Amino acid sequence: MAATAHEPEAETRSARIVGFLSRTPVHIALIALAVIWLVPTLGLAVTSFRPRPDISSTGWWDVVKDPSFTLDNYGAVINAAGMGHAFLNSLFITIPSTLIPLAVGSLAAFAFAWIRFPLRDTIFLTLVALMVVPIQTSLVPLLKLFRTMGVADSYAGIWLAHSAFGLPLAIFLLRNFFITLPRDLVEAARIDGASNLSVFRRIVVPLSVPAIASYGIFQFLWVWNDLLMALIFVQNPNQRPMTLKINDLLSTYGQEWNLLSSGAFLLMILPLVVFFSLQRYFVQGLLAGSVKS
Amino acid sequence: MSQGPTPVPASEVRGRLRRLAQASPWEATQGLVFVLPALVILATFLVYPAIWTIRLSLDRGRGLRFEQWVGLDNYKELLTDDPSFLDLHRFPPQGALVNNLKWMVLYTGLCIALGLVLAVLAGRVRYERLVKASVFVPMSIAATAVGVIWLFVYSPDPHIGLLNAITTRLGADPVSWVGRESTVNYAIIVAYVWFSAGFAMVVLSAALKGISTEIVEAARVDGAGEWAVFRRILMPMISLPLAVVAVWLIINVIKVFDVIYIMTRGGPGASSRVIAYSMFFETFENGRGGYGAAVAVVMLLLIVPIMALNVRRFRSERVTT
Repeated sequence: MAATAHEPEAETRSARIVGFLSRTPVHIALIALAVIWLVPTLGLAVTSFRPRPDISSTGWWDVVKDPSFTLDNYGAVINAAGMGHAFLNSLFITIPSTLIPLAVGSLAAFAFAWIRFPLRDTIFLTLVALMVVPIQTSLVPLLKLFRTMGVADSYAGIWLAHSAFGLPLAIFLLRNFFITLPRDLVEAARIDGASNLSVFRRIVVPLSVPAIASYGIFQFLWVWNDLLMALIFVQNPNQRPMTLKINDLLSTYGQEWNLLSSGAFLLMILPLVVFFSLQRYFVQGLLAGSVKS
Repeated sequence: MSQGPTPVPASEVRGRLRRLAQASPWEATQGLVFVLPALVILATFLVYPAIWTIRLSLDRGRGLRFEQWVGLDNYKELLTDDPSFLDLHRFPPQGALVNNLKWMVLYTGLCIALGLVLAVLAGRVRYERLVKASVFVPMSIAATAVGVIWLFVYSPDPHIGLLNAITTRLGADPVSWVGRESTVNYAIIVAYVWFSAGFAMVVLSAALKGISTEIVEAARVDGAGEWAVFRRILMPMISLPLAVVAVWLIINVIKVFDVIYIMTRGGPGASSRVIAYSMFFETFENGRGGYGAAVAVVMLLLIVPIMALNVRRFRSERVTT
């Protein structure tokens, strides 16, 4: 190596060739993995646009030989199978289940970060512990509680359950973000006579949009994608969200891939839009929640 | 010190505690008012129900009601007399709890291995973002959709299922991957690895990027090969994020339910049940509330060490950094 160091040009050229050759396996491995990861989704996507007879007679990979596409599957699943209605139900469940823990959690997070009160750190550590409590320990008592409260037939039960289980993470993420805001800013506002509530509203919230967005996305996706809580807490057949509807489709039409593929895609579409448009916040939140803590 | 109160030198902790204790009554009241709604929701819908479930697990509990105090009988039956939960009389051992163990080894191992490979390799090419996005996207979709996507891949009909289309073209007979006891668990685990390896990749990739290139360059100048750089420098420096990823994946294993419910309902027989599935089955399909509660408490007990770990990690970071 010492010898070639005297001829920098020759070295860079050969190094480039060697570099390219030695990287070929890397390219192959990476492209293979990416393809493996994309193919299952691609297959379902292609299938959802194929006419029903084609789906049962030829594989989706044969579509290049005889391309014919239709929107009929989506029409059938949205109207006849009730997926359109279920889409709205999913929204009715998800939006309040995201906003409630965001509002309640950010207020609490502000107090944990910027107000002094007795037992503050003990309570906060308890919340850190509660973050991983499994939902299963609450299913039965909550179901009974919601029946006693008379809300078993409404959305209120599932809103409250999701809010409670989303709260510890909300408080944790937001408090850890709030605490990094410049102390001078908060102190200056207080000296000017601003109340805690106005410091929260005028300073902390506007400066914390990225953290609030991260948590909002998390909770939105979590609730939208949830099956277990919906299975237990959504008792009214008219309020069933899309995850439950897909489950119904599977047990009734287990082999009707035209309905299953288009139904699954309707379930995925909103998370995919959220993911691709807000990827930055999603990844930031993930890293904040796991690595930095 | 414009960074807020996080970085607290150990010597100052006592002083801070004193100041906390001296918070004016008005400030303390305000603080409590701000956290009160959260605490009420958590106490009512999370803590109290957990205690209630522990109490129910000591009862025979028909349906959702208390019936008769039975002490630890539910636990005794669960761990010694329920082959669908834990069967040590056969070899290899079977049952939901054993399946969770399979999940823990295979799912956690594969996610970390793939995540690490992808993080290391993708960092060296120009289309890094493209590769990462394709692996990461499944993270955002519902486990329900993951189940449907993979049921489609695994379909026993070689005109529908891609996997059987490939294996039959290679001369094998079509296999019902999720319909046979010998393959069902592995089939579901693969689907779930597909779903979550992106998480490991993103976290580990961020950790690798945080390592200063100078250290790596210095090692290379000293003659360290690629493997030595990876083994001796990169691995030790990402051991903490690696542990965090492992813990996250293990929590996933303890809680996994949706994908199994969609793909197999725990079948064929009880062969793909996991602990969370047993809880659901015993409580809501078998009508044994007390027994199901005992399963839920076992889940909680498995989570407790992770709780302790989180709390300890959080505490030490606050005091030392």
